[in-house]
Amino acid sequence: MRNSALDPRWHGRLALGLLLAPALLWLGALIILPHVDLAVLSFRERIGPRQYTASLAQYKTFFAEPLYWHVFLRTAAMSVIATFLTLALAFPIAWIIAKLARGRAGSLLFIICLIPFWVSETVRTLGWMILLRESGVLPAMLVKLGLTAMPVELLYRDATILVGLVYTSLLFMVVPLVSSLESLDNSLIEAAYDLGAGGFAILRRIVIPHAAPGITAGCIVVFMLTLGNYLTPTLLGGKNSQWFTEQIYTQFITRFNWEQGAAFGFLLLGLSTALVMMGLRISGQRFGDVMRRT
Amino acid sequence: MIPSLPRPLWLRGATAAYLIAFLAFLFLPLAVVAVFAFNNAPYPAPPWHGFTLDWFLGNAAQGRIGLFADSELLGSIWTSCIVAVGVTALSALVGMTNAFLIERGQFRGKQVLSILMLAPLVIPGVILGISILAFASRIADFADDSFGLELDFLRPGLPLVVLGQFSYIATIATLTISARLRRFDRTLEEAALNLGASKAAVFRTILLPYLRPALLGSAAISFLMSFADFNTTLMLVGADTPLTVMMYGRMREGATPVLNAVSLFLMLGSAVLALTLLRRSRSPRMKSAR
Repeated sequence: MRNSALDPRWHGRLALGLLLAPALLWLGALIILPHVDLAVLSFRERIGPRQYTASLAQYKTFFAEPLYWHVFLRTAAMSVIATFLTLALAFPIAWIIAKLARGRAGSLLFIICLIPFWVSETVRTLGWMILLRESGVLPAMLVKLGLTAMPVELLYRDATILVGLVYTSLLFMVVPLVSSLESLDNSLIEAAYDLGAGGFAILRRIVIPHAAPGITAGCIVVFMLTLGNYLTPTLLGGKNSQWFTEQIYTQFITRFNWEQGAAFGFLLLGLSTALVMMGLRISGQRFGDVMRRT
Repeated sequence: MIPSLPRPLWLRGATAAYLIAFLAFLFLPLAVVAVFAFNNAPYPAPPWHGFTLDWFLGNAAQGRIGLFADSELLGSIWTSCIVAVGVTALSALVGMTNAFLIERGQFRGKQVLSILMLAPLVIPGVILGISILAFASRIADFADDSFGLELDFLRPGLPLVVLGQFSYIATIATLTISARLRRFDRTLEEAALNLGASKAAVFRTILLPYLRPALLGSAAISFLMSFADFNTTLMLVGADTPLTVMMYGRMREGATPVLNAVSLFLMLGSAVLALTLLRRSRSPRMKSAR
């Protein structure tokens, strides 16, 4: 013990090395190397049993086969729509929590809003299936109210997938919105009002610029989670879901075509990264700050 | 608008209506899951046929297999618990070393490393799953071809599921623990060292108790996230099926209310965990969220 303490510099290096090892092992063996491997996989083609050659064939297939890129674009578009719907739905609630509710009521409401998200997505999706399927609660209610003659199937529609995605994402929007709205000084709003600004002008020129970091953070996280979601689209959309993660699963697990699956994975990762970068560029945010906010 | 400004009556009414509708939207799916766990019918669907505990207590002899007789389902809960314990332990350990590394360490490339640590959160879970699956298989194939070694833990199965979930849950643990470590008053540590305490004693008697809320909080979050993970698990799962994957399979086939019964327990479990955490509201995650 005394010996190693003699040279404090050596001691410090040892400590640093011991702290660095788990981090490097984690990031190296579970994040960086697997992704390099995935890239290598996606750029090769099988030409015989256990024989491969470098090629762009997997990416060519993606563009040549309309089904693949249709599903890809559809997933992207639906994710963008889901993100904006989540923002529209979460903003008033965040406003109520941060600005309207007084004292303990605000924190209580906030906790109430968080509760459903402690339960796993599987359970929440089960709830939506019981509510929406043809023999489910809502179709039965519609019949009882006389709005429809027969129970209608509410599952397996695009709108259903959106409802499920928005529901799953709400928490990740509400949390950053509340924290960015709470830091907004009320006297700024009062000043704008005294100077004659209407509600819309206050929202556009004071509230939104101030909350922009929170809005960006929420949108980025929600978009990524939606894009990468598998459970909600496949269960609520059934065969009509056509979600891109499903294609990846099919290639990887069902067809055992890992090269194609890897290429699909990279395309999804590329899309996700590109839109995140775009979001950051538009709002002038830094990645680290955004992630720490959520 | 804010309370100090005049709000027209219609706006107040609309706000209240919106709040009620929003809360209904939040809790309706959970409520129906809970209610239909007690419906005396073979499917979780209306109409209401009366109250029963069959979906908890029933057994094959009665024609209805309740949760406590469903060994497949109980087994998957156990599998999920084992995985979650593994992920929680690994994440807490690595989260703590990472926190000290980022908050205390001085080395070149620290900025890059701390950004890299956030990366797992922006990679879709499905892709984390397939990349780890492909990489692990490559190593296992290599070991098999070159040395005739059978590295079974690198084939789809629980060890890979643990590693897959850990790969991104570690980031969350790191963020939670380092947020607390950042606010630590270092003069306390210096005082203890001046008074002759060894570094180990300082760590044990000052730092560790200070970090305890963050460690417990991140452990609870890691456990819940691991229990709820689906995307990464689906790609790495082998013969033993964790609960989420098992439930998913049954939901596709149209399951009996036994799934509602198990969901009810999941809800109660997470509610208890959430409330205990909020009670000790020193949890830094919640604080930073407010």
